[in-house]
Amino acid sequence: MRAFSDRFIALVCALGVLAAVMTAARAGSYEDGLLRFTADSFDDTIEGINAVATSGNPLAASVIGALQEGRLLFSADSKRVFIRETPSDRLIDAATGEPVAGSTPSDLAPVRLNNRLRRIIEAALGGLTLMAPDPGKRFEAAQAVLKSKDANALPALEQAIAKESDAQVKQALTEARAAVVLYLDNAPDADKIDAIAVIRQRGDQDALALLGGLPATASPAVKKAAADAIASIENSLAFWTALQNTWYGLSLGSVLLLAAIGLAITFGVMGVINMAHGEMVMLGAYTTFVVQQVIRARNPALFDYSLAIAIPLAFLVAGFVGILIERGIIRFLYGRPLETLLATWGLSLILQQGVRTAFGPTNKDVGNPSWMSGSFELGQITITYNRLWIIVFTLLIFAGLLALLRFTRFGLEMRAVTQNRAMAASMGIRTSRIDALTFGLGSGIAGLAGVALSQIDNVSPNLGQGYIIDSFMVVVFGGVGNLWGTLVGAFTLGIANKFLEPYAGAVLGKIAILVLIILFIQKRPRGLFALKGRAVEA
Amino acid sequence: MIAGLVSGALDRGALAFLATLAAIGILVPVLNLLVPATSPFYLSSYFVALFGKYLCFAILALSIDLIWGYCGILSLGHGAFFALGGYAMGMYLMRQIGTRGVYAHPVLPDFMVFLNWPELPIYWYGFQHFAYAAFMVLFVPGLLAFVFGWFAFRSRVTGVYLSIITQAMTFALMLGFFRNNFGFGGNNGLTDFKDILGFNVQAPWTRAALFMISTFALMLGFVICRVVVSSKFGKVLVAIRDAEARTRFLGYRVEAYKLLVFTLSACMAGVAGALYVPQVGIINPSEFSPGNSIEAVIWVAVGGRGTLTGAVLGAVLVNYGKTYFTSGVLAPYWLFVLGGLFVAVTLLLPRGIVGTIHQRWREWRERRGAAARVPHTAPRAAE
Repeated sequence: MRAFSDRFIALVCALGVLAAVMTAARAGSYEDGLLRFTADSFDDTIEGINAVATSGNPLAASVIGALQEGRLLFSADSKRVFIRETPSDRLIDAATGEPVAGSTPSDLAPVRLNNRLRRIIEAALGGLTLMAPDPGKRFEAAQAVLKSKDANALPALEQAIAKESDAQVKQALTEARAAVVLYLDNAPDADKIDAIAVIRQRGDQDALALLGGLPATASPAVKKAAADAIASIENSLAFWTALQNTWYGLSLGSVLLLAAIGLAITFGVMGVINMAHGEMVMLGAYTTFVVQQVIRARNPALFDYSLAIAIPLAFLVAGFVGILIERGIIRFLYGRPLETLLATWGLSLILQQGVRTAFGPTNKDVGNPSWMSGSFELGQITITYNRLWIIVFTLLIFAGLLALLRFTRFGLEMRAVTQNRAMAASMGIRTSRIDALTFGLGSGIAGLAGVALSQIDNVSPNLGQGYIIDSFMVVVFGGVGNLWGTLVGAFTLGIANKFLEPYAGAVLGKIAILVLIILFIQKRPRGLFALKGRAVEA
Repeated sequence: MIAGLVSGALDRGALAFLATLAAIGILVPVLNLLVPATSPFYLSSYFVALFGKYLCFAILALSIDLIWGYCGILSLGHGAFFALGGYAMGMYLMRQIGTRGVYAHPVLPDFMVFLNWPELPIYWYGFQHFAYAAFMVLFVPGLLAFVFGWFAFRSRVTGVYLSIITQAMTFALMLGFFRNNFGFGGNNGLTDFKDILGFNVQAPWTRAALFMISTFALMLGFVICRVVVSSKFGKVLVAIRDAEARTRFLGYRVEAYKLLVFTLSACMAGVAGALYVPQVGIINPSEFSPGNSIEAVIWVAVGGRGTLTGAVLGAVLVNYGKTYFTSGVLAPYWLFVLGGLFVAVTLLLPRGIVGTIHQRWREWRERRGAAARVPHTAPRAAE
């Protein structure tokens, strides 16, 4: 390292002198470079880029940036070059940096590019922006060098590292230098091994690619260091991948739980097979859509509160429809589960078609409020806010439901009716009223699920159908009549699904899960958390 | 012995039903082929194809009624057995295309050439032989039903749980068949058929023959179901339906009975699918969709579960209604009608059409019998 830094200082000094000499000797090289752009030949353009990039002119970065984006125009007749500003479309004279006054030349054409040129431009921009005043730009430039491993950028990198004050950018620059050194043919092994250590610290896919792409000519010591680093990075990557999958699984599990939790009440507690449960979810999603439409039309400022308004409304709408269904159909079918299944399936068809007739068959656009869009990074995984909020929302609903069942009079009566209907009735509980309210509660929670799902899924008449089989699987897997079973079931299925996906693909993963559940039901027909003792007979 | 079984199983009503079917099976092709198109008795080829399709659905309905109406097993995945039988037949028909496909490959079906399959997958071997395909039509659905039923019945998965996992089964199969790398044509399925046993599938005579075969298959299925339900075996099935635990305590091996009838029913559904495919000319994964299976259950419910004639009648009536509604301006309202049918039948007509007629007829006879007895009993009471 010592030898390296000595040589590095020497190099910087030499470069500094050279640069000073060059700037003095080639005053006007910027203008020369610009002139090259007007020749309309690729080779001349390359020389132009190099000339402009090394000129040290403050306009150099914007000229080359414009060239990259096709905004650099030239006039062959008047031998002048212009930058077209976005989005104002104003023309700037590249030589002076002043807006063009008066008439513009008539033969303006963009400077043409090909792939070879684009690479050169990227390298040039990387070198230029390493010194940019904006730390974000410097960081990007460091990343660009890390990818390009361009040996020419080394002197600029050294300079930039020496001057850098921002810790994050400095880290990026150091990594970029390590990447360059690693691929430098004549760098000593000790330097390369140091570089490997730096890259190992980085520990992501880019680092893996850098180490994996090492040329075969590297010495055994370097190769060994690289192999060690790769093994360690792969370990840590595997850890992050597992963490990422767990997160995705939790997210999917929360969606499953949302869809299944209402079913856990109607099916699990009441024993009613409600095939129209998915349609209750759909009604909740459409309620959200209508609320947002009204807000857009009347008072756009309230848009961020649209979900808060939609939540109680969706609960009421779906709950009301649920009570109607219970009073109108299901109460005549108690004790005949298979008939209930068929009748509610028919209902689901009617509700779907009703919504299709009222709103049309196309997907409806339900927007994300600002606090639900975007994402943040946690270590090496990305967490989007809408998924995070849905998990929070789901857990809140779950906790609220548990509290309702445990601490309120309604919950007490509901449990009483479930456990022993005749006894509950003789204690003065109006069982049919409790039935209707319980069904309404289950449907209302499905409506709440619809509000959340409208944020991540397409709002169409078929929304509910996609969830119905999954929800039944969750309830059956978790064990009927047990909310905790539903919770564990949903998250287990969600995580298992996401861990299977990388091996089997999304569809095969889903099939595998279905097959596993079918086999699981063979083993434990009453689910993961089966009721024991007398409750089984009820 | 078989003759004795059959004649014992067929009462007057069943014979009349079979005679009606036989008449349809002969009359429809005759009216289509031999009567000039200008005659008012002429039946179009469209009608023959349509009615042939209904007959296949009727076989499917019979198979569902056998397990649901007589053994209490509500399968929401019977469409899967239907579709598997259909796929087996479709594979035979695909192999018959030969070099007449778009890519003119002598062995590979078009979609495999298109997807760059180097050679025929092993499970496609043998399907160029009709006998093998016909065997697979019975064997594949039967095997799946046997394995599935063996697991399910042995661990006593009953009632709605069984319904839900059968639904999951057909859903999983649907997802699988939608994939291109399963080797069954992905979401396009199998289509563009040319020949069946050397006859052009489009030709009117072939269609008429397929119609007759479908009628015959339906009659055969009906007789088999009749024999099953009127035998001692059938009585045990009904006992299982009405009180499964009690039947088990009486010493019957409930699982074995259920497994046998479930497998038989799946084979029947497979035959229905195999006859369906050449008549409609396509089979694709949407046949596996859970909605199709539930719809087939409602045919049985409409006609009357536990009455075999009801299952057939229900399948034909509901499907006729579907064709009527979906081919006109009323198309958007079909789902309302179908959904309403589900609700109305379960609430108002739990015995279905035929079951309700049976009951009314019995009540009427009893009342008449009671009325006839009144003069005799009244004086005696006075004595």
